[in-house]
Amino acid sequence: MQPVTTIEGRAYPFGQKNVDTDVIIASHWLKTITREGLGRGAFETLRADPDNLFDSAEFAGSPILLAGDNFGCGSSREHAAWALLDLGIRAVIAPSFSDIFSGNAFKNGILTVVLPQAAIDRLIEVAKTQPIHIDLDSQTVTTPFQDRYAFDIDPFRKQCLLGGLDEVGLTLARSDAISGFEARNSVERPFLAQGVPVSA
Amino acid sequence: MQRAGAYSKAMTPQPPRTLYQKIWDAHVVERRDDDTCLIYIDRHLVHEVTSPQAFEALRLAGRRVRRPDLTLAVPDHNLPTTARRDAHGQRIAIADAQSAQQLAALEANAPAFGIRYIGDADREQGIVHVVGPEQGFSLPGATIVCGDSHTACHGGLGALAFGIGTSEVEHVLATQTLLLKQSKSMEVRIVGDLPPGVSAKDLVLHITGVLGAAGGSGYVIEYTGAAIRALSVEARLTVSNMAIEHGARAGLIAPDDTTFAYVKGRPYAPTGAAWDQALAWWRSLATDPGATYDKVVVIDVADIAPSVTWGTSPEDVVPITGVVPAPASFADASKRDAAAKSLAYMGLEPGQRLDAVPIQNVFIGSCTNSRIEDLRAAAAVLRGRHKAPGVKWAIVVPGSGLVKAQAEAEGLDDVFVAAGFEWREPGCSACLGMNPDKVPPGERCASTSNRNFVGRQGPGARTHLVSPAMAAAAAVAGHLTDVRTLV
Repeated sequence: MQPVTTIEGRAYPFGQKNVDTDVIIASHWLKTITREGLGRGAFETLRADPDNLFDSAEFAGSPILLAGDNFGCGSSREHAAWALLDLGIRAVIAPSFSDIFSGNAFKNGILTVVLPQAAIDRLIEVAKTQPIHIDLDSQTVTTPFQDRYAFDIDPFRKQCLLGGLDEVGLTLARSDAISGFEARNSVERPFLAQGVPVSA
Repeated sequence: MQRAGAYSKAMTPQPPRTLYQKIWDAHVVERRDDDTCLIYIDRHLVHEVTSPQAFEALRLAGRRVRRPDLTLAVPDHNLPTTARRDAHGQRIAIADAQSAQQLAALEANAPAFGIRYIGDADREQGIVHVVGPEQGFSLPGATIVCGDSHTACHGGLGALAFGIGTSEVEHVLATQTLLLKQSKSMEVRIVGDLPPGVSAKDLVLHITGVLGAAGGSGYVIEYTGAAIRALSVEARLTVSNMAIEHGARAGLIAPDDTTFAYVKGRPYAPTGAAWDQALAWWRSLATDPGATYDKVVVIDVADIAPSVTWGTSPEDVVPITGVVPAPASFADASKRDAAAKSLAYMGLEPGQRLDAVPIQNVFIGSCTNSRIEDLRAAAAVLRGRHKAPGVKWAIVVPGSGLVKAQAEAEGLDDVFVAAGFEWREPGCSACLGMNPDKVPPGERCASTSNRNFVGRQGPGARTHLVSPAMAAAAAVAGHLTDVRTLV
């Protein structure tokens, strides 16, 4: 994962609520066995409209997406995060996110920023003409008009994003603790600890 | 801090805990300073769509699968539901090259990493969320994950089960753990008995309508109440399956004697002394008297009718006796806008009666409704009847090869075929438009699946979510209809 510190640029003044992962990336794009190239399929149904935001001369390639409540609801497909990343989006700002989507976004270095609806409404107004600045270290979203919104982020996530850390590698370093749990578990709950016969 | 694994009543008195809290506490490997926990994962189901990039990442990093024996791989999303072997037992090639490649990747990755693989032509193959409980791989009190949001399904057994993304699939494969923060807890307390002719699917659609698509966001839900206790395990799986449709990552139902009777004797279920030990622990899992939830929602179901969706979010639920709502009737401005877009996509007008909406396609299947009880409910409506002339395409897709065999033993396949339905091989089928089973643009489908999103069943497809009995009734009538008038 690439480290994330600041994200600055134009923002899609999108604003839709309950944007599901089928809208972000339709299922026929999920047949890939790689993570790359999904930007072409991002928001496919919306981009069937020639006047859509994502292909407009002004906004195409923007690093920030402004969305409504419950962004990324629906399936667990990480392809949604890969598609946004491939489209050039590095941060999504919304009043709320689906839990699975925001986890997937984080693991791909996409910042999900939760701000109240009133702040989103204001940012959408600003975004129509001006860039938006996000600073992860100070946890703020600012505009050229001196708007300033503070946001919360899980400290562990922040640390991983700032450092570009490999979570699997971090957990593998705890393998003694995992082995200790497994040893206890095989005594206390052998019915869970025992698995299925594995293939040859 | 609760010591991981402690559950004996003989220990020092503990504050009352919820079912969710007890399962969580029993799986904490390590608690960090910021309250993030390393949680042990007991069971990991793997399918072909969300795993190839995870296996590739392991390979690139030279990492192995920590516990292949706690992992089970089953293809389901891409598989065509037509015959998979010809008369000579040779594999029938899959026309879609990308689907074939993804399926081949799982078939190669599973043995390469030592994981048990149930193949496309094995009798046990099916939708992961049908196979897990059916095989006794999914157990009460277990933590269960899969790269699929409908993993919530297994919560019907009293397991803490939730969907994960591909990076998390990789994390679980490599470490058998996940780094998680505990969610808030919500009790959805169902009061009143479900009226006759109203099923678990109608119930969970109704719950989704009440809570909204984001109502459970940030929560793990426990469904409680006498109406929940009265449900069979298969019906409970239908309820918890759709927890994600009201935003909850997981939905739990406390395990009880109904659950234990279901689990006992299944291929991977514990036996002998391990069974007795399991039973003792499972019986201790129910939420303690006096335990509190972060939120409680009470829903009275004594008077509900069969449910149907009118829009493009699973929260867009009305009783079949109702009408299409006017966008202006919603208090929230963005919901008014979304409702107007939904109605345009669905080709419906405000005030239109749901029970007069014509149907061209009927899909009975998916991880929500493809178990034997679902097929029995649909067949009971279809017996001696035939689909209406306006219904062009009607298919039944059993959730697994074992469900299919059971249905055939009961003669249900004959009932479906006589009614004009196609009887298919197990898989995800028309739930999600990844395989050849799709609904044509602009046409409607009465579907027993779980999502009515734009384009979900194929580009331009219009989905009405219903129960198996309601789908069968729509097939017979040629339009959405109240199944209670047919039985």
